[in-house]
Amino acid sequence: MEKKYWKSLDELNNQTEPDLKTDQFPDGKNLLDIIDEEISQKPSSRRNFLKFCGFSFATAAIASSCENPVKKAIPYLNKPEEITPGMASHYASTWFDGSEYSSIVVKVRDGRPVKIEGNNLSPITRGGSSARVQASVLSLYDEHSRLKGPSKNRQEIAWQFLDNEIKAKLKEISSAGETSVLLTSPIISPSTKKLIDEFIAAYPGLKHVVYEPVSFSGMLMANKATYGEAMVPSYHFDKAEVIASFDCDFLGTWLAPAEFAQDYAVMRSLTDGENRLSHHVQFETRLSITGSKADKRYPVKPSEIGSLITGLYNQIAQLAGISGLPGGSDHESLPVLAGQLWKSRGKSIVVCGSNEVNEQIIINGINELLQNSGNTIDYSAPVLTKQAIDSEMEGLVSQMNDNKVGGLILWNVNPVYDYYETEKFISGLKKLKLSVSLNSTTDETLEHITYSAPAHHYLESWGDAEPVKGNFSLMQPAIRPLFSTRLPQESLMKWMGKEGNYYEYLKNYWQTEILKSGDAEWTKALQDGVFQTENAGKTIIFNASALSASATVINTATEKSGFEVSVYQNLSMGNGQHTNNPWLMELPDPISKVCWDNFASISPASAREAGFVKGNIVKVGELELPLLIQPGQADGTISLALGYGHTAFGKVANGVGKNAYKLTGFSNGNRTYTLTGIKLTKVAGEYKLASTQMHHSMEGRPIVRETNLESYLQRPDSGNELHAEFEEKHVTLYKEVEFKGHHWALAVDLNKCSGCSTCVIACQAENNIPVVGKEEVMKARSMHWMRIDRYYNGDEKNPEVVFQPLMCQHCDNAPCENVCPVSATNHSSEGLNQMAYNRCVGTKYCINNCPYKVRRFNWFRYATNEKFDYHLNSDLGRLVLNPDVTVRERGVVEKCSFCVQRLQEKKLLAKNENRPLRDGEIQTACAQACPSNAIVFGDTNDPESRISKLFKDPRNYHLLEELHTLPSVGYLTLVRNKPSEEA
Amino acid sequence: MYKTEVRGPLILGDKNYRQISSDIIAPIDQPIPTWWKAVFGVSMLATLIGVIAIYKTVSEGIGTWGVNNSVGWGWEIINFVWWIGIGHAGTAFSIFLLILRQKWRTSINRAAEAMTVVAVGCAALFPALHMGRVWLAFFIFPYPNTRGSLWVNFNSPLFWDFIAISAYLLISASFWYFGMVPDFATIRDKTTSKIKKAVYGFFAFGWTGSSREWLRYEALSYVLGGIAAVLVVSVHSIVSTDFAVSVIPGWHTTVFPPYFVVGAIFSGFAMVMTLMIIIRKIYKFQDYVTDSHLNAIAKILIFISLIMGTAYSTEIFMAWYSGSQYEMFTFFKNRITGDYTFQFWAMVVCNAFIPQLFWFKKVRQNLTIAFIISLLINVGMWYERFNILITSLSKDYLPSSWVTYSPTWVEIGIYIGTLGMFVAGVLLFFKYIPMIAISEVKSILKVTSLNKNEKTNASHE
Repeated sequence: MEKKYWKSLDELNNQTEPDLKTDQFPDGKNLLDIIDEEISQKPSSRRNFLKFCGFSFATAAIASSCENPVKKAIPYLNKPEEITPGMASHYASTWFDGSEYSSIVVKVRDGRPVKIEGNNLSPITRGGSSARVQASVLSLYDEHSRLKGPSKNRQEIAWQFLDNEIKAKLKEISSAGETSVLLTSPIISPSTKKLIDEFIAAYPGLKHVVYEPVSFSGMLMANKATYGEAMVPSYHFDKAEVIASFDCDFLGTWLAPAEFAQDYAVMRSLTDGENRLSHHVQFETRLSITGSKADKRYPVKPSEIGSLITGLYNQIAQLAGISGLPGGSDHESLPVLAGQLWKSRGKSIVVCGSNEVNEQIIINGINELLQNSGNTIDYSAPVLTKQAIDSEMEGLVSQMNDNKVGGLILWNVNPVYDYYETEKFISGLKKLKLSVSLNSTTDETLEHITYSAPAHHYLESWGDAEPVKGNFSLMQPAIRPLFSTRLPQESLMKWMGKEGNYYEYLKNYWQTEILKSGDAEWTKALQDGVFQTENAGKTIIFNASALSASATVINTATEKSGFEVSVYQNLSMGNGQHTNNPWLMELPDPISKVCWDNFASISPASAREAGFVKGNIVKVGELELPLLIQPGQADGTISLALGYGHTAFGKVANGVGKNAYKLTGFSNGNRTYTLTGIKLTKVAGEYKLASTQMHHSMEGRPIVRETNLESYLQRPDSGNELHAEFEEKHVTLYKEVEFKGHHWALAVDLNKCSGCSTCVIACQAENNIPVVGKEEVMKARSMHWMRIDRYYNGDEKNPEVVFQPLMCQHCDNAPCENVCPVSATNHSSEGLNQMAYNRCVGTKYCINNCPYKVRRFNWFRYATNEKFDYHLNSDLGRLVLNPDVTVRERGVVEKCSFCVQRLQEKKLLAKNENRPLRDGEIQTACAQACPSNAIVFGDTNDPESRISKLFKDPRNYHLLEELHTLPSVGYLTLVRNKPSEEA
Repeated sequence: MYKTEVRGPLILGDKNYRQISSDIIAPIDQPIPTWWKAVFGVSMLATLIGVIAIYKTVSEGIGTWGVNNSVGWGWEIINFVWWIGIGHAGTAFSIFLLILRQKWRTSINRAAEAMTVVAVGCAALFPALHMGRVWLAFFIFPYPNTRGSLWVNFNSPLFWDFIAISAYLLISASFWYFGMVPDFATIRDKTTSKIKKAVYGFFAFGWTGSSREWLRYEALSYVLGGIAAVLVVSVHSIVSTDFAVSVIPGWHTTVFPPYFVVGAIFSGFAMVMTLMIIIRKIYKFQDYVTDSHLNAIAKILIFISLIMGTAYSTEIFMAWYSGSQYEMFTFFKNRITGDYTFQFWAMVVCNAFIPQLFWFKKVRQNLTIAFIISLLINVGMWYERFNILITSLSKDYLPSSWVTYSPTWVEIGIYIGTLGMFVAGVLLFFKYIPMIAISEVKSILKVTSLNKNEKTNASHE
């Protein structure tokens, strides 16, 4: 205890000192009263009049010219060594939301996380990330949906009370011999798994059930049947020369899309001397981004998948000289595909996105015939992110209803929203003696739960992960907890009466079990975020006995008339746990370009047949859905995205779209995501979807230039002949600007881009881009600095799809620059087209005169405006803003800046270190986020830089180069691996 | 001086100087008629709607309009160009005819000039309002400053625009005002009301009508006329560069400056015709604004309409001849056919075809039909600006950013507001300013009026 000094006897005796303030203005009067009195007492003479007039004018002048009160920034008395104001710190951490894993680096500015980036050190994700990972930083500051502290029946209580009551209840249930269940999403944290085991040991009878709304249960069971172990193997698309995919969106949402996109891009690379192009055949119901990248795509009904797979098995079996399976489709494509696969056996992959066990068994059979197991499909390094066996959840719900479960602890699951029989689950919940939720945000389930012991956001948490066997990563907090929340692991420790905190437990676990060494190793692992151990590969043996039974089951499936409905995860919403994130909500679906809604997509032919037109509403089951006529959708089918239709999830999510989980079911031991025999009925009314793109054809313009492999190998500039022509014609009357020093440029490889939209969210996070809401998107006022244009080509039944990421082209002869009356937009000496926001008066002439239409106008004040109730109108929500980037005022034009703040940062760093900038040192947010490495940024004045090489590539062209705008963005032609005659 | 047998008389009826003065000043001396009050009330109401819409725009943002990421300019620029066009007539009328010494202009030029000033005032509102940050509009002034010194972009058509319009407004207002000085003096001398004497006396600058004053007056008229003549051509040429300097298909074309100037004079003359028919009707000025005046305007309109038709065909031909698929698309798929077909054909029919009816003498003499045609020309000219702006912007180079545009009530409200302002301005002019230049009409009385002609002819015999 410090000594206390006293100033006066009064203070010593704890008497309050006379308040100095009261002395200044007697009788508690304010200044105006005093003046008033003064005036009224004085005689009204000329002298007094002038005196008071003078005083009033002076006061008014001072009062009106004073600026707003200054919020004081308090400097450090003793500056912590690692913190420099204005300099960002980066912490390696881990993102795992229960379905998708990513090793990440969190950028922290002045104590607050502002940006998530992929961790290049991770051998699993290799710096890749997805849109949801990029957007996850915003959910940290979600003031409205995050739970602020423990509660009982939605009444706030103290942690201690909560702990005591839960402990007592758990003991009571356990001693009565009843079961309690810990219902979680997949747990990939090895230390948490150990902790859960200890928790189970503390409460005998407690069970751990893993639940996933979109599960891999079918595959897990299929692998159990054929390989004897319920697991998900690692897939290596980077080794696959031929890929056959059955309704499997592996570039968008299936298993580990960010990793697959990267692997896939390796096999689509025609740059850096690489010359590989895989052949990809896709069978699918809806048009997915994976399907749009495929060299050959067949729209099929979900019910046809089983027989297609059997048919493919039979074709390959024929080539392998073994007997086939009963049934099987004789689809026209199968013999050719089987031949191609067989030719590349050991270097091909066959995948299926279905959750049907029999289909997955036959897929295993195919991969086994093709000798892919052990080559492109690695069973020795199983992926651990998928653990849920659907029948366990099924059992739990029926036990709950049979009064066989006493207590339920939910952790990162929301079954009231995403279980297919919500009512049954709720009635089960009502029969419990104890229900606890460890979820960190408010959700539909929470309304039916007694205790809420909210978890930290993952950016506030300690943790670890083992996404793939032998590959570990650590999660560390990047900010102190914002609210009175607690790590779920610590809650479990409290409830089992274990001393200490989870951090110590984790560190101890790592040092004894994983690192098997001291503090230095731990610090290193924490710094890197990842750690690998030798993984002794297990050999597994294929057991073909299940195949024929599976084929029989598939064969006996009866076809029903009517529409088939399939529900899917889309890129932004996934399984629905990020729906309250406004960035993701406004991210347009790469194919339909629709945001802020889910919809029933129907093929144009089916729509015509049924008499549906754009804007119609149809009834599917209980759901009334807006209709979207989607080219490429299989005829006679409806596809619908999951993740929408929340009712108690937060202000952004609530009431947007319809809950497609209501259409899911359970059969054959697994959740089903398709329905057959559905009658569509038209509902009166019209519904408008918000789409960021209204026109879908390139109108024969050379916007996305495309060729096929054969022509490319003959002439690398095939499809891009125009470029040479325009380069040749390049002529100008004016003196051409020379860029001394740097000349920044960016190249996009259209062959690698999968349309995954990660770059769009990365750009939004980096550049403080506001969310504008559905109404404004419908008025074509989306604020995204970067958009992904999507064009269809060919017939409406099965169109070819191309993606083109479009940002400011930073034209060296920019049409926007010369028309600005106030020179607010001008050219930098390094080739950047820059915007001086505080000079802009908002004539919008530049917007009109930009042929690429990449300029955005601040139609309203988006920050601190109640009408734009997303995240910029709350103090907490604004913490996500990047302090290096101005928040734009209403009435000014903005656009992509090539992340000029990043350029400046790295240039200064290089200058301080007295060295030239290294190529690749500077990465724009989009280039950094791209999992496919399709975007390359660099300095064209450096002849050795990657960008210089790409700009010399015969595939490179500039968009609308005939206008002589001289863009600094280049595009590399799209090359499809398909026969010439179709080109 | 003039062979009036060929020309026909410019002033009808047996008038003397006193009669002319009292005829023209009559509306100023008489009490305000009821219809005037009613129309003024309605126009004030319209202005109020405009004020509300402007308040909404300035307080909330341009987002209250229908413009978007692709169509950055909408009704505000359409209306700006439209008003500027209308504002062309007055000056063009007076100045070209003054320089060409066409005496028939004398009874029309005052009204035409008044219209110009009011219309240009209405037009000037839009460029200010369409700015996202109108409170920083002064950035567009090229004033020396401490920012570096940071100048405006002298390459930008919007800056030229600003200079051209302010110069035009200044010169046409001066020209109009100085023309009125002798007339104000006439009112000052004739009126019995003390207030009017003081007010008109103030504005008359102490005009006494001495020969020296008349000499100076004439000289000033020619000097201002000379300057204004250049401006008439330059202002709309420069407005046209707002479009012609850009890269947007349908805008990027060299025919724009003459095409815009002619179009502006076209709409201005049509508006003059509209107003003169109204003035004639209400104030019974048939003796001054004679049938032959309207006949002359109608004949000019035929000629300009032919030029307009040629301009439209030239544009379409050039789109084809250029071989640019973007130009081709804009003209053939987004104007002649496509989403904006109606607007395109409304423009062609109203501007190139309907005025051809004036070839028929019966049509020229039927004031009702002439009145309707004069209105239709301005409707057509409005659609012309709509065509140029919206069709080009809505579908330019990249189909991914193709959108449609429709205005909100705020944009329509501002337009209604300017219509109200225009009508109110014109009504004030009717009431407080001599609608016909008294002194100028007097100057032609002796040589062109009916009775004098007879006498002169007789004396020759």
